[in-house]
Amino acid sequence: MSEDDEPGRPQPPDPGSKKTRNCAAVHPSPHPDRVLEIVLEHVLQFLTARRDRNAASLVCKSWYRTEALTRSHVFIGNCYSVSPSRVTARFPRVRSVAIKGRPRFADFNLMPLNWGAHFGPWVATMGKAYPWLERVYLKRMSLTDRDLCLLGDSFVGFKELELVCCDGFGTGGLAAIASKCSQLRVLDLSDTEVMNDGVDWISCFPEGETCLESLIFDYVECPINFEALESLVARSPALKKLRLNREVSLGQLYRLMVRAPQLTHLGTGAFGPSEAQGASDQEYDYASAFSACKSLVCLSGFREIVPEYLPAIYPVCANLVSLNLSHANINVEQLKPIICQCRKLQVLWVLDSVCDEGLKAVAAACPDLRELRVFPFDPQEDAEGPVSEVGLQAISEGCPKLESILYFCQRMTNAAVIAMSKNCPDLVVFRLCIMGRHQPDYVTREPMDEGFGAIVMNCKKLTRLATSGLMTDRAFAYIGKYGKLVRTLSVAFAGDSDTGLKYVLEGCHNLQKLEIRDSPFGDAALLSGLHHYYNMRFLWMSSCHLSRQGCREVARALPRLVVELLSYEGNEKMDDGAVDVLYMYRSLDGPRNDTSESVTIL
Amino acid sequence: MNAMYEKNIDLEATELRLGLPGTSKKEITSRSKKRPLDESTEGSSSNNDDRLECSAPPPSKAQIVGWPPIRSYRKNSLHQKKEEAEAKAGVYVKVSMDGAPYLRKMDLNIYEGYQQLLEALENMFKITIGKYSEREGYKGSEYAPTYEDKDGDWMLVGDVPWEMFIPSCKRLRIMKGSEARGLTCGL
Repeated sequence: MSEDDEPGRPQPPDPGSKKTRNCAAVHPSPHPDRVLEIVLEHVLQFLTARRDRNAASLVCKSWYRTEALTRSHVFIGNCYSVSPSRVTARFPRVRSVAIKGRPRFADFNLMPLNWGAHFGPWVATMGKAYPWLERVYLKRMSLTDRDLCLLGDSFVGFKELELVCCDGFGTGGLAAIASKCSQLRVLDLSDTEVMNDGVDWISCFPEGETCLESLIFDYVECPINFEALESLVARSPALKKLRLNREVSLGQLYRLMVRAPQLTHLGTGAFGPSEAQGASDQEYDYASAFSACKSLVCLSGFREIVPEYLPAIYPVCANLVSLNLSHANINVEQLKPIICQCRKLQVLWVLDSVCDEGLKAVAAACPDLRELRVFPFDPQEDAEGPVSEVGLQAISEGCPKLESILYFCQRMTNAAVIAMSKNCPDLVVFRLCIMGRHQPDYVTREPMDEGFGAIVMNCKKLTRLATSGLMTDRAFAYIGKYGKLVRTLSVAFAGDSDTGLKYVLEGCHNLQKLEIRDSPFGDAALLSGLHHYYNMRFLWMSSCHLSRQGCREVARALPRLVVELLSYEGNEKMDDGAVDVLYMYRSLDGPRNDTSESVTIL
Repeated sequence: MNAMYEKNIDLEATELRLGLPGTSKKEITSRSKKRPLDESTEGSSSNNDDRLECSAPPPSKAQIVGWPPIRSYRKNSLHQKKEEAEAKAGVYVKVSMDGAPYLRKMDLNIYEGYQQLLEALENMFKITIGKYSEREGYKGSEYAPTYEDKDGDWMLVGDVPWEMFIPSCKRLRIMKGSEARGLTCGL
């Protein structure tokens, strides 16, 4: 869940001086300048935060070079902002890479198919430049089976693969990783789609003891060979994190747990009997299996939960720091006995099926709560809403240390939001989704301006904000005036006019990522942000009032910006000037050449 | 703007709207998965502000693409569960036949299509219904299967796709004799 991002500004390229040094051999009597560089190298090893490293690299050319030689982890916030070869040319000794691709709105089907964000070019280039690469983290990228094969072949000591919200490959690709990467410690496929090619990838791990510490495949929707999994778990003594997909039944979970009592993170899979086994399933003592896991701090899964089995987790509740029940359709009576034992809980994800009463129970039981996410069981606009401002108010009163909240509801009041802004001053992430579009305050019928205004005013550490409900330009005036630390802003169906967006672009000096949909902002507003776009990672505007003309003006004014116009199906031939989607981002290497038909780059 | 619905309902082609440019929703095909697409998440509809919508009622569960912002795996599994729950619940409708002394009840969910339904009706009432044709209804017998839909109208069984038929069928009636012939000849 690493959503926090530090601004990574593109560095000016240094074409001339790139001394390659053999770091192993030190001259017996080095030149005085060289002494300084060697000292600097040693000192810079201790700098890990990329913001610090970026700053250090700007001091002078010598520091730039030395910093580049000592950077072992590279973070690329937008895969199209820089070419793979530029990265490998500047940073020759990288061990770990993190790359992000598509913008977040792609998760909600707002992006045309096959838009891009391919891992192929990266693995091809890095395969040659970084033979010692150990770790790859990708978010919202597309990979093929071939890419994974190439990864396994290129990096001998490869240790950690983390794919978040990725797609494009199948069980064949996983098999390649399992078989080729003998040093693999982490295989994390959170939220990643894996196509079912029928390959039994679990069986492809090498025989004998493995180095596996983390195996996460909870959203991989393919059946797995359970016997092979059981054997794998049994021969992985270092395994600490295991998150199973919903194909794994409760009985199978038991068998795995007894082999791995050292687990700290567990995703329980179905948490119900499998249909195949049914009545013949031996009734295990599930509670004893949980008792044996003395180090368990993070629990998730419950994909097909049979609530009668929930008491089995009681033995671990007292130690739980993180609990994810967001797939479990349980009510308040089923939640209470669990939550009142979770005194140390800091992270909780639930379904709104627990109702406001359930949230009150959470507020009463979990004073240490830092992160809460309440997902809707029935994610429609006109559904019944079991949670409301009542739940939010209760949470704000019971959980003053709250730092991050995501709350889906059908009705809300300004009063509750204002209360939260005052009761939870440590809020860093505030994401409220009132599911009915343009919904005002339920009680006063006023816009939600004052509520969101209070959040930006009172929560001085706020860096991420997502808004909803009826909002006028006034709300944006507040955000522009007080949201000085806001880096990520999500806006949907909000605002009255260009003025709203202007407030934000002029006021939010730290804005990095701005995603807007279905709001009445047009060219004039777009053009008011020219001074800031080079400082941003991206701007997304879909179904707003932009025209090709306006976007072209931006492209002309800012040559280092890639301005993409995406069109929805059926609209490609439309030439009436209206823009479906504007997606623009800074780039050192100009427009990409892997676009599909629905993409136009200005 | 031409918008295309996922199903065969082409309301928007006849709809009169003064929507703002760029506010009409387009359907975006989601990335292909092995899992079947969840229908209700991919509908498209017009903006909430359409005060000038024409008389044709929008589909009952029209939804904006990508709203609320829930990832598809969450929507799918929850909706699948709902659909499974509904499917298991059974759709029982009363069945009457002209001249029969009492009514029957049947669960439409257990049939996979019109073929099976008609065979079941034929078995239940010991009659022959005949072959369906779009032009002439049920030829070859004096019976015509009809159903009452949500609007209270009596419709001929077989005209709409099976999936549309199930939720809209309130009761069945097998018409006989001259009334039936009136239905089957030259509507």
